[in-house]
Amino acid sequence: MKEGMTKKTNWTAMVVLILGLSAIAFPLYMTLVIAFKQPSEMTNSVSGILSLPKTWSLDNFREAMRVTDFWNSLKNSLVITVLTVVLSIAIHSLMGYALGRNKSHSKFYSFVYLFIVSGMFVPFAILMMPLAKQTAELGLANWFGVILLYVVFYMPMNILLYSGYLVNIPMALEEAAKVDGASTWRTYWKIIFPIMRPMHATVAVLTALAVWNDVMTPLVIMAGSDQNTLPLAQLNFQTQFGTNYNLAFASYLLSLIPILIFYVICQKQILNGVVNGAVK
Amino acid sequence: MKNERKRTFLLITIPILALFVCFNTIPLIRGVIYSFTNFKGFGSYDWVGFRNYIDLFSDGRVGKSYLFTFKLAVVTTVVVNVLSLVLALALNSKIRAKSFFRGAYFLPNILGALVVGYIFNYFFTYILPAFGAMIGSDAMSSSILSNPDSAWIGIMVVCSWQAIAMNTIIYISGLQTVPEDVYEAGGLDGATGWKQFRYLTFPLIIPFFSINMVLCVKNFLMVFDQIMALTKGGPAQSTESISYLIYNNGMSGGQFGFQSANAVIFFLVIVTVSVAQMKFTGKKEEQL
Repeated sequence: MKEGMTKKTNWTAMVVLILGLSAIAFPLYMTLVIAFKQPSEMTNSVSGILSLPKTWSLDNFREAMRVTDFWNSLKNSLVITVLTVVLSIAIHSLMGYALGRNKSHSKFYSFVYLFIVSGMFVPFAILMMPLAKQTAELGLANWFGVILLYVVFYMPMNILLYSGYLVNIPMALEEAAKVDGASTWRTYWKIIFPIMRPMHATVAVLTALAVWNDVMTPLVIMAGSDQNTLPLAQLNFQTQFGTNYNLAFASYLLSLIPILIFYVICQKQILNGVVNGAVK
Repeated sequence: MKNERKRTFLLITIPILALFVCFNTIPLIRGVIYSFTNFKGFGSYDWVGFRNYIDLFSDGRVGKSYLFTFKLAVVTTVVVNVLSLVLALALNSKIRAKSFFRGAYFLPNILGALVVGYIFNYFFTYILPAFGAMIGSDAMSSSILSNPDSAWIGIMVVCSWQAIAMNTIIYISGLQTVPEDVYEAGGLDGATGWKQFRYLTFPLIIPFFSINMVLCVKNFLMVFDQIMALTKGGPAQSTESISYLIYNNGMSGGQFGFQSANAVIFFLVIVTVSVAQMKFTGKKEEQL
């Protein structure tokens, strides 16, 4: 297969990959055709279900948007994701900086660092019930509470990433700024924060993907608030689709479209971010 | 000057630490406290000492959920890692349209697990049986999700479909760290094909293998969305994952106290498994 310097295409690999690709494409193809069909076009045979629709009508989508209150759910998902990402970048990078710069010479900071990072092992299952009670008591059983919880949940991972990245940033930069009379706070925002940009991208991608697709937190926290995120709407309206699978699939497709668009536009950043996050 | 720096760091650390304690440490402690009560989720409650914990070990439903979750986690981890390695090797070899393939192969990972679960639910319930009937196979003509013996396979397939994307991309970045001349030198010594993989490639990407193992096991032990979308724990409670059982019976089943005890045990299990994996694969910390 690897004959010296020749640039021959590896056809065995191509065959494997094309087979694998069909396993990825098939569920998506299925979603697409069922979403566009009418219930009367669905028969019980394989060809009846998977054939192309007779007409490409948007009626199912219009109806799905109405049934699942699509625009409101989309708005909630967007607000929650964007605010979580912005807050995470600001708060976690700052904390990563404070801990990363001090944990090597201060017992207090190294304790705080380990304390927060070990939060990674705490499964949501154990926090879920007390948090449902606690957020209700504090009047946070809404989208704002969900954002606050995300900022806390992703803190261990993101602080690990930020303080790890900080090791590569020489102290000399800060010392030079200090000589010029800049405060630590100012030095951070003017010098350190911009340098950590590659890590901001990684944190943004990881946090955004996790928040956008999360079901459990909004399910547990926002249960009584009449508000939905995009995935939560699919869960809550599942029974209303009844046996109208075409409507259900139109709704599934609608909920996948925003992230698909995002992926098409930022594919490179997403792949880099995910690899960076995992490998660090 | 020195004091200014110290003060700034404290002013940053304390409020953020307080936030973390409020919404992570305190609920954790409250969870442990609830686990010693017979709290139903509402109304008054009494202390019951270790009774919840003793009951846990004799509760058939809890035991079954641990068995199911571990079976799912182990089988899915093996399936995902084998397939991802094959795909990563293929994606890293000399192929056409490389960046297209890489982009396409990562796609399942960005989609929400719940909706993916719903899509596969329809596939298992209608399309696969219709296909089974078409080729005249009795075993395939009923939904695998409605059979307590096979429902877990459906969940495994959906978990794998998404997780393979992530593991493949990590293996690819591992393979890219292996310099080309290692293969050339190995080729001279007759290391090709399987031998090349076994003695050259795989030992060099072991760090990436351990990342994938840790990621997989932890994620699959906490499986929830897929269960919600595919089986809701059924049929006959054969696919209740630990997280699903805690959610279902703790939040709405009146077992707040009892399931808190379950959650504490689950927490200890996750910590033990993670620590054991880190010890086993070793020295990850220094790379951070």
